[in-house]
Amino acid sequence: MLEAYPQNRLARILLWSFAALVMAFLMLPTLVVVPLSFSASNLLEFPPHAYSLRWYENFFGSATWMAALRTSLILGTLTALIAVPFALLACISMNRLGGKTAAIIQSVLLTPSITPGILLAIGLFFVLAAQHLIGTLFGVLVGHVVLAVPVACIVLLPALARFDWNQVQAARSLGANWARAIGGIIVPQLRISLLSATLMAFLTSLDESVISIFIASGRNSTMPKLMFLSLRDQIDPTIAAISTLWTVIVVAVVLIVTLRQKS
Amino acid sequence: MKSLAITIESVHKAYGSYVALDDVSLDIQAGEFLTLLGPSGSGKTTLLMALAGFVRPDSGKLLLGDRDITRLPPNKRDIGIVFQNYALFPHMNVLANVAYPLVLRKIPRAEARQRALDTLARVKLDGLAERNVAALSGGQRQRVALARAIVFEPRVMLMDEPLSALDKNLRETMQYEIRRLHDHLRITTIYVTHDQREALIMSDRIAVMNSGRIQQIDTPQRIYDRPSTRFVAEFMGEANIVAPGSARRIDGAEPSRETLMIRAESFHLDAKLVGGNGVALEGILRAKAFRGENWLLTLALDGGQEVLVCIPAALAGGCAELAAGQRMTAYAPAAKVHAIPGATA
Repeated sequence: MLEAYPQNRLARILLWSFAALVMAFLMLPTLVVVPLSFSASNLLEFPPHAYSLRWYENFFGSATWMAALRTSLILGTLTALIAVPFALLACISMNRLGGKTAAIIQSVLLTPSITPGILLAIGLFFVLAAQHLIGTLFGVLVGHVVLAVPVACIVLLPALARFDWNQVQAARSLGANWARAIGGIIVPQLRISLLSATLMAFLTSLDESVISIFIASGRNSTMPKLMFLSLRDQIDPTIAAISTLWTVIVVAVVLIVTLRQKS
Repeated sequence: MKSLAITIESVHKAYGSYVALDDVSLDIQAGEFLTLLGPSGSGKTTLLMALAGFVRPDSGKLLLGDRDITRLPPNKRDIGIVFQNYALFPHMNVLANVAYPLVLRKIPRAEARQRALDTLARVKLDGLAERNVAALSGGQRQRVALARAIVFEPRVMLMDEPLSALDKNLRETMQYEIRRLHDHLRITTIYVTHDQREALIMSDRIAVMNSGRIQQIDTPQRIYDRPSTRFVAEFMGEANIVAPGSARRIDGAEPSRETLMIRAESFHLDAKLVGGNGVALEGILRAKAFRGENWLLTLALDGGQEVLVCIPAALAGGCAELAAGQRMTAYAPAAKVHAIPGATA
């Protein structure tokens, strides 16, 4: 392992510089929005000539944006609440079945995560249109759950693979039915993985735009959908303020969960 | 507490083309301690898991008392199980582990606590109730698993190689304690092991299994001295299978036409210790080894077959002087010579 580190001083400096450049490349597009959001100008300009909080006021004062924020948070919460228990049960059954059957179920469950989002959205549009669910919160929720289940499975499958199944058998022999064995033995021990899965499912929904653009409408518009629309129609720094807030929220949630896991 | 008899009727289980249980039938009496003994892959654990409810037989019946449990889910069977790796719940302390089956049965909190504490005392774990499971030694975990399996007064106990993870001394202590606990509680117990010494020490009866079948079921002594198949003879210890005609009768009568089983420790080098009724095996000493409490001699019979002869150190006055290549005779009393029905050497 140690021989992977170059002995040569110059080579080491180059390696570190390259790594720092990659990090910067990953971070800067996100960070560049922050100063833009505090601009006093009506245009997106960098660097800003004067600073103000007017775009934040604009965001919080807008009924449309507030409705979209509410929709997104409700959707994210519902998505996580539905997708994670579903994924947990699916992963338990895959873990128990094993072999070819489990492999088939797994590839079906994970398909939405590798299908191009636009195809999934078109397909979902036709299915939901037949049920007259276009434009409803429920329709978008279905789409988000479909996307969040594979994400939750990817987190939960390895955790279950490490789980000592004898414990479930022990609980069953001691008188626990399936529900109590899962709730009392599996869930408490997988709580960290379940928390990660919940967070990932929540963020998957929060971040999703394509399905929302196709299926959500009017007051059921989500934040990403409204952001796309506002970028298309008029470019003002409100979008930068929103992006900044969005980033802060996501980073905060991830940090809280990561720190909780460590303690 | 009333323990129940177990009846296993023609149970069959196959995984694809692999037959794990081949038409197994077995009657275990109420209060009996029965050991399923066999090498890995012999089907003993599959049979145990079928009784526990985790393996569904393809055909056949399982009865607890006169109740058919073949289709009953594991949580309705009221069977206490001790798993090989103990399967304690790491997110609960010792007391919570032991009280768990009582909580599931909706027994009031205070009573559940008291019963769990009493059971912990019974397995000599008083004072460790609040301890974290991860902080226990292997032997202590074993006792917690035992306490958890008996606290709800099951009418049947199943144990799947419960001592295999312990070191030798602790294993012997636990063998004694499990047996003592059984003698006290009299719960019908099925114990799975691949260790023949453990089976001999602990059991009322032993069922020797191989390739999904029960080879022989009998008391430890009869399993050891009177094996019904060559497999049982060889699995139970240093057995010599002697071809018909290789053994000469000391009394000069016609030699037996049967395949004989003679345990290595049944031999004497001194014909006087055997008396007039017995057999003599003649051959050349191939090798000798001193093993502390005894000498192990390897004798090549005239037919070419090798026989192991084990002489207790106390009776082996001349063993140290024996030299490889020398011709010698080993004697076994008739009582220790067992004809294996239908076997060929």
